[in-house]
Amino acid sequence: MNALAALFKRGFSHGIHPDELKDQTHALPTQRMPFVERYTLPVHQHLGAPPRPVVAAGQRVQRGQLVAEPGAFVSTALHSPVTGWVRAIGPRRFPGGRYEQAIEIEADRYASQRLRVESPPDWRSLSLEDFVSLVQHSGIVGLGGASLPAHVKYSLREGVKIKTLIANGAECEPYLTNDHRIMVEQPEALLRGIEILHTLLGAEESIIGIELNKPDAIETLRAHIRSDQPIRVVPLRVKYPQGDSKMMIKSILDVEVPAGLHAADLGIIMNNVSTVAAIADYFASGMPYIDRMVTVSGPGIEYPANLVVPLGTPVREVLRFCGGVREDTREVVMGGPMMGTPVASLDEPVIKSSSGLLAFTAEHIARPTEYPCIRCGRCVEACPYFLNPARLAKLARARLYDEMKAFQVMECVECGSCTYSCPSGIPIVQMIRTAKNTLWAKKSKAE
Amino acid sequence: MNVTDPRLLVQPSPLLKQRMRTDQAMRDVLYALLPATLAGLWYFGLAALLVILSSIAGALITEWVFSPAQARSARLLDSSGLLTGLLLGLTLPPALPLWMAFIGGAVAIGLGKLVWGGLGYNLFNPSLVGRAFLGATFPIAMTTWSPGAGPADFFQVYESTLTPPFMQASYDAVTAATPLGLMKFEYQSTPLWDLVIGKTSGCIGETSGLLLILGGVYLAFRRGLDWRMPVSILASVLLFTGALYLLDPAKYPGPLFSLFSGGLLIGAIYMATDPVTSPLTPRGTWIFGVGVGLLVVLIRVFGGFPEGVMYAILLMNSATPLIDRYTQSRVFGKGIKTE
Repeated sequence: MNALAALFKRGFSHGIHPDELKDQTHALPTQRMPFVERYTLPVHQHLGAPPRPVVAAGQRVQRGQLVAEPGAFVSTALHSPVTGWVRAIGPRRFPGGRYEQAIEIEADRYASQRLRVESPPDWRSLSLEDFVSLVQHSGIVGLGGASLPAHVKYSLREGVKIKTLIANGAECEPYLTNDHRIMVEQPEALLRGIEILHTLLGAEESIIGIELNKPDAIETLRAHIRSDQPIRVVPLRVKYPQGDSKMMIKSILDVEVPAGLHAADLGIIMNNVSTVAAIADYFASGMPYIDRMVTVSGPGIEYPANLVVPLGTPVREVLRFCGGVREDTREVVMGGPMMGTPVASLDEPVIKSSSGLLAFTAEHIARPTEYPCIRCGRCVEACPYFLNPARLAKLARARLYDEMKAFQVMECVECGSCTYSCPSGIPIVQMIRTAKNTLWAKKSKAE
Repeated sequence: MNVTDPRLLVQPSPLLKQRMRTDQAMRDVLYALLPATLAGLWYFGLAALLVILSSIAGALITEWVFSPAQARSARLLDSSGLLTGLLLGLTLPPALPLWMAFIGGAVAIGLGKLVWGGLGYNLFNPSLVGRAFLGATFPIAMTTWSPGAGPADFFQVYESTLTPPFMQASYDAVTAATPLGLMKFEYQSTPLWDLVIGKTSGCIGETSGLLLILGGVYLAFRRGLDWRMPVSILASVLLFTGALYLLDPAKYPGPLFSLFSGGLLIGAIYMATDPVTSPLTPRGTWIFGVGVGLLVVLIRVFGGFPEGVMYAILLMNSATPLIDRYTQSRVFGKGIKTE
């Protein structure tokens, strides 16, 4: 009945329906990836300021030990994923191919790798400020994709009253099933995390939004919610990008978050389900954010899996653990197929935002001939933000980036629905990204 | 297991694409037009086929000649030139001299598309540009309607069909006025059923309303056309002619007659819906459609020509950029009141 109700609910307009492609992994229980020899921990894995390393080459570190402290308020801590020795601090490959400052750690193969960390104080005794500071030192970032340090959202502006807490379990990217597995395998942790946030933020209601293609997650969570808990599960239509925070708020609360404002300004806090579960884990055992769940899948993978991977593990090792990639693999993507980053070298490490590692063969990524835009309007009807991608692409091709601002290019969230829907094969969102980056660069140069 | 790393590409996301491609979308329109085309051949015989082929030949040869060598094969393979040639052919009189049809196809592609910068950049519907050119240049040939011989005499062509290039055509004694012509000049109506199945005189492809609608339904299901366009055009024609008919049934044609006669259906379903020359936005499509409907009725009822679909669409084509500009959707989150 609820499923039917959700189907008829309006939800957000536009959007696309790509194949879900989750069959390879959605039913696979999570496995733990074994430790490998070397870890590369990029220092700056999130939005905001980079953390400051507090270790030196040659130093011994324990698993879970702080290796970099927050460099500012919008910054978070970084901990060692393994017991071993810091071997070097210097530029290493970062997802996307560029080089970034990283801490290289060699694992001690004879160490027990048991986590010895201090338990944090009981969360019930905390003020919101103490909570924010503890979350900052846990190293947790928003795991939904944007990687904003998690504590930033909880430090509320003066006068803001939180009404609704939303745990985002949409997982609308094709292939990815890591949030799905967390909801099915760790419902207690997720609900505990919601309880913590709900209580400390003083929310009136908590909602878990889940796309209808995860009925087992919906059932499991409903079965685990106690009757005295003000938490409800809201099934959502399967539509991309349902997991975009403003789209999800529109779907669940029928509220349109004004451009330029954050959900928190309207009294809404949204967190990915994995973020919430990580916060619960931290307050249960003191385990900082050193492992992340990665869905390894795609047509080029021999043995797809949902893996718990220590941060800093090289992509090569993860793929090798999954039986390696097919010989005709031509692209590995970190994250989802719609918004992920192409991996330029298998030396790149898994970082806090690596939700997936997807291998694609030549046949799956072949770009067919590009035709001129025939103004068919499919991109216009796909764009969930009601932009005019056809127009933006034409302006981008002429490099009229300033004119694109008049067409609200800065409101684009780069979900890729336009490129997906273009029958002429025009890389619309890619051109928009270039335009936005150019405009950002110009703006920061002017300041 | 891989011993060496695979050679990786770094194509930016998204890596997934929906399956419909522009060339397939063009071919879909060709398939949708097939039944109506076959019906045209059934009624008008070999001559109709030759007219269509000449128009297509004119279109494709022009496209080939005036395209840069490296773009030639891609441009021919996208099937848009073929579609323009076919659509033009279907809107020509069956007895048109073949050399005129060829010139029409050449002008459609040359002046209708290539001078604007090729596919996607033209302001006016190319096949209608070709037809308007023919109408202005060969007014007699373009308004002489010969009755179809029917399938019995398929191989019999009209005397005018094989007129040598640049010579004026001579016509068989027998000509037949189109239903719209009969209506306009002789106040004589045609049975609706004949209009629906296409047993009337007129342009090759526009006589069978039923088959044109059938193709349109197929296209709408394939998302090859924006359903709003034909719906808004046909509904507004029904509305405007219905109002006139109620005023004076003796003087004005009935709404259903207006719907099924002349080029309205082929224009509304296959020409106004040309994405390049019609508005991008859904709201703009409604405005465009109602505009076409209104102009069709105005020209048919008050103008000098019996038929006005071509000029109605061309006029609205010129308004497309303006309509697009004023019907931009409100961007999500913009213009919301905050306290």
